[in-house]
Amino acid sequence: MEKIKVRICVGTSCFVMGSAQIQSLEFNAPSDIADKIEIIEERCMGLCKDITNKYNRGPFVYVNDDLIEEATYEKVVAKIREKIKE
Amino acid sequence: MLIPKNNANLMRTKILIKLAESYLENKFADADRIPLNLRPKDGEISRCCVYKDRAVLKYRCMAGLGHCPEEETDELTSLKEYGEQALKRDTAPKNKLSVIDIACSACIKSQYVITDVCRGCFAQPCRLNCPKQAISIINGRAHIDPDLCVNCGKCYEVCPYHSVVKIPVPCEEACPVGAITKDEFGKEHIDTEKCISCGKCLASCPFGAIVERSQMIDVMRKIKETDKKVVAMLAPAVAGQFPGSLNSLAGALKKFGFAEVIEVAVGADITTQKEAAEFIERMEEGQKFMTTSCCPAYFRAAQVHIPEIKPYVSDTKTPMYYTAELMKKEMPDCIAVFVGPCLAKRAEAEYDPNVDYVLTFEELGAMLVASGINVDECEEIPFGKISHAQGRLFPISGGVAGAVADMVQDKVDFRPEKIDGLTKENIKLLKRYATKGCENNMLEVMCCEGGCVSGPGCIALSKKAARAVDTYSKEGAQLTPQTKLG
Repeated sequence: MEKIKVRICVGTSCFVMGSAQIQSLEFNAPSDIADKIEIIEERCMGLCKDITNKYNRGPFVYVNDDLIEEATYEKVVAKIREKIKE
Repeated sequence: MLIPKNNANLMRTKILIKLAESYLENKFADADRIPLNLRPKDGEISRCCVYKDRAVLKYRCMAGLGHCPEEETDELTSLKEYGEQALKRDTAPKNKLSVIDIACSACIKSQYVITDVCRGCFAQPCRLNCPKQAISIINGRAHIDPDLCVNCGKCYEVCPYHSVVKIPVPCEEACPVGAITKDEFGKEHIDTEKCISCGKCLASCPFGAIVERSQMIDVMRKIKETDKKVVAMLAPAVAGQFPGSLNSLAGALKKFGFAEVIEVAVGADITTQKEAAEFIERMEEGQKFMTTSCCPAYFRAAQVHIPEIKPYVSDTKTPMYYTAELMKKEMPDCIAVFVGPCLAKRAEAEYDPNVDYVLTFEELGAMLVASGINVDECEEIPFGKISHAQGRLFPISGGVAGAVADMVQDKVDFRPEKIDGLTKENIKLLKRYATKGCENNMLEVMCCEGGCVSGPGCIALSKKAARAVDTYSKEGAQLTPQTKLG
């Protein structure tokens, strides 16, 4: 099975707002997902700057093509599990 | 599974960002909306109701503005007013960790409890081993009399069924010096006389009830509203805290308005040379051992809690001291701001006439986020003074001792030992070393486990940060005892 791509934005805004903590997936991801994911550090994707309509909803993480706003470790893990089931 | 920063800590980052935004946009005119924005009516709640969440957030905002929640005299004082007061002060607010009493959940007093797993056995090791006769058997089950129990934990150790559990109080457990204790209502209070400002309680409280006075607003005001030259002194633990190169970070800070950016690793190189010279001198004088002194939480712990060890603590000043001294020599009128992972540095700065303010990486991050600066996209500005490999490695446990070892070479026997993390146990160990001696002669003491990269003011994961520090150190030139510094 192709690995699920977890793209974590590490632009300053996302990193400070919590994507730094989501990086713990690199070290101790739950055993059911650890070998099924590929973690990619993404430079600022510009999503935080799109605040014409809404306030900065970072940190942003893509799990394959699904965007997670206000991402947390928990939300990202839940999304990965959802993707594995698909 | 360890997620180093819990929700309570992440909320602090958000608060700092919101406060920085509010200052930059309208000097706190709308600051009272921050608790509402962070906890909107139909959003999630983390305490009993959204109103209590907001009340706690207001106190956390107060701390972010440099006020101590305990100072509150009128509950109706608005955040706007607190903000305006912050803009009127001209010196850094005094460092102080304090407890927001309404946020403190008043965890039950740390105690041992016998659970239903108890089999009411024939051997009764719990009862036999209890030194206070606090355990009796009632209805076939062991029972602890709370009035007699002294929390020694013997019953916990001896029960063959593991039926005794320990219910800890996280902040009290984390505090290495017993500075945080309960009042008669069960709420925690911090004894400033005992506190070493390490911030372990703040990082450990699951309710986010512990805060400290931030100096972020003071620094922002100096930059934006005065014509003073504000200098950022970046602690060596900065590597890895902001994705992008350190030179881009220097660019980002200049873009924000800092006049100059210097690495504290430059001062660490000076500390290395001086500390090595001091070590050789002390050994030749026949002293048993020497301990490092760069960690301000340890330094204070030694003064207050481990007086036996005072004669062995190095007199060499810290990297922050030498860096600030250099800066003030070059730019006597500048405002020197130390930026690091450490809360105890705020206490150290109070005794250092050359350091005006102390920020954490988290606070600096909040300032950058609020002003929309992305480090990675900023111009790379080279540092005026170049640090060496040794100084860059200071923030990792073993780094300071390693640096000194490189300078001492084989002039005297060098036997280093790492005291990695100032825990209750390690404080006892240090006391024992001071009175009974120690087989090693160089003790490197780091209050935070793993070194400064695990400090409470960090943004990055300590593992990743340690890696970045190591890489950055390898890029640096080697320091030798002959290298001319300054």
